[in-house]
Formats: sequence, C-alpha cells, structure tokens
Amino acid sequence: MSALGPYASFIVTSYVLVAVVVLILIVWVAIDYRRQKERLRDLEASGIVRRSGRSAADI
Amino acid sequence: MTLIDLANPTKFLSLTARILPWLAAATAILLLIGIYQSAMAPDDYQQGATVKIMFIHVPNAWLSMFVWGVMSLAALGTLVWRHPLADVAAKAAAPIGAAFTFLALVTGSLWGRPMWGTYWEWDARLTSMLILFLMYLGLIALWRAVEDPSRAARAAAILTLVGAINIPIIKFSVDWWNTLHQPASVLRAGGPTMDRAFLIPLLVMAIAFSLLFITLHLAAMRNEILRRRVRSLQMMQASGRPA
Repeated sequence: MSALGPYASFIVTSYVLVAVVVLILIVWVAIDYRRQKERLRDLEASGIVRRSGRSAADI
Repeated sequence: MTLIDLANPTKFLSLTARILPWLAAATAILLLIGIYQSAMAPDDYQQGATVKIMFIHVPNAWLSMFVWGVMSLAALGTLVWRHPLADVAAKAAAPIGAAFTFLALVTGSLWGRPMWGTYWEWDARLTSMLILFLMYLGLIALWRAVEDPSRAARAAAILTLVGAINIPIIKFSVDWWNTLHQPASVLRAGGPTMDRAFLIPLLVMAIAFSLLFITLHLAAMRNEILRRRVRSLQMMQASGRPA
C-alpha cells in the first residue's frame, strides 16, 4: 500500500470496485443461464414441447 | 457457417456454446497480463501512483460509449431489417453497458478527488456520462415494463437511436466546452500523446475489457434467447394448444 503513495486508498478502492462489479456481472449471467435451462426442462417435463419437436433446453 | 446463418437463433446458440469457453479464457489471460502491466507501470510525474486508476477508468469509459454504439446498430437491425437477433443483442447489452458506465463514473470520481480536489463537478463530460448512465437505466426499465418483447423492442430501438446523440456529445465535450476533464490523449488526430509506459498497459486493458464485453454479451444473448423460448412455451401451455 505504501508503494502507492498517499492516495493508495483511492487506487485500491477503484480496483476492488471494478473487480466486484465484473464478478457480479459474471455470476448474474451464469445464474440466469442455469435458471432458464431449468425452466425449459420443467416445461418440457410437463409435456410442453416446441413445434419443431426439438428440445428447447438443448444447445 | 455464414453470417446469415447467425440470424437463426439455434445456430447462434450452437456457435456461442463452442466459442464462449475460448473467449472467457482469452479474456482472463489478457486481464491478468493487463493488471500485471498496470501494477508495474511507473508513477506519473504529476499524478503519482493515481495514474493507475486510468488503466481501469478509461477502458470502462470507452466501453460505456461503445456498447451504446452496438445497441444503436442493433436498434437499426430491429427497425429496418427486423433481424431476429437484433433486439436480443440490444437487450442483452444494456445491463453490461450500464455496469461499464457506472464503473467509469465511480472510478473517475475516485481519480478526481485526489487530482482535482473534488469527487464531482457538473461539467460537460461528467454530466453527459451521467446522462448516458440514466439512459441505460431507462432502457432497462422500458424492457421490463413492456411484457410483449416485439413492442418493447420497437420502443427501445427508437429510444436507443435518440440517445445515440449523446455519444458524440460525450466524446467532444472536452473540446467544445471548458471542463475539468482532460482532453483526449489516445484517440485523437495526430496520434496518442501518452508515453508508451502508460499507453501499452492501457491498450492491453482496453482489449481485455472489450473481450470481457464480447464474452458477457454473447452469454447474455444466449440467456435472452432461452428466456424467449421459455415465454413461448409458457404461452403454448396457457393457451392449451396441443404440443
């Protein structure tokens, strides 16, 4: 910290904040993906399928 | 696979499934290199070590405008060509663009306090960036407020194109008005004025953040396509149509 001089707290806060927000974005995208796949599997398990007949959860 | 094939959501999903792991790995490697180079960069003779904030502030600021540019192209795709993935692309990009704009504003503020003596000044650059952030939030709210995706898409596309007027205002605000913010020192006529010791880590971080955006955007587009499949299956279920 001392190597960063008298304004170390501003520099460290900036980097930590960017890391936290980027992490939130990554986790949000990953959770959303799992949620949509689960919802599609539940719908297909209840007998609702796409007109094409293909599984909506398959990529 | 040709470009036109990507208009097919199923083919798009298949492509993203193949390239996302590679993109994520390239992003992580480049971010690590960029952070290392930023840590090793020398102190500025005037700003001291606070210049390190530049390596994260500037890529976020660039991307905040670039993402709106991507959304504006997608808005044209929605209104003019009715491309099936255009609205998906715009909707998926908005929260990521909002996050980059938020980070540009806050890191700029944290850089401004020690250098300018204030966290905030209502000058042209800072105010136009705040307006960009509010426009992102407005678009996200619009997509959430209108249930029918095709109606929301048209309204959002028009709002996005109107909001695009703000992008050149942000870019040239430092030339058109007196502001606390420094003028452009990289993307300017005559080339960068910055020393290579700062320019190289900055460009590496800019490429790393751009790859991060592409990775997150493709993943969010994939999620949005799946969400629309869920919606159409739910509508089939509600209408009692035979499968």
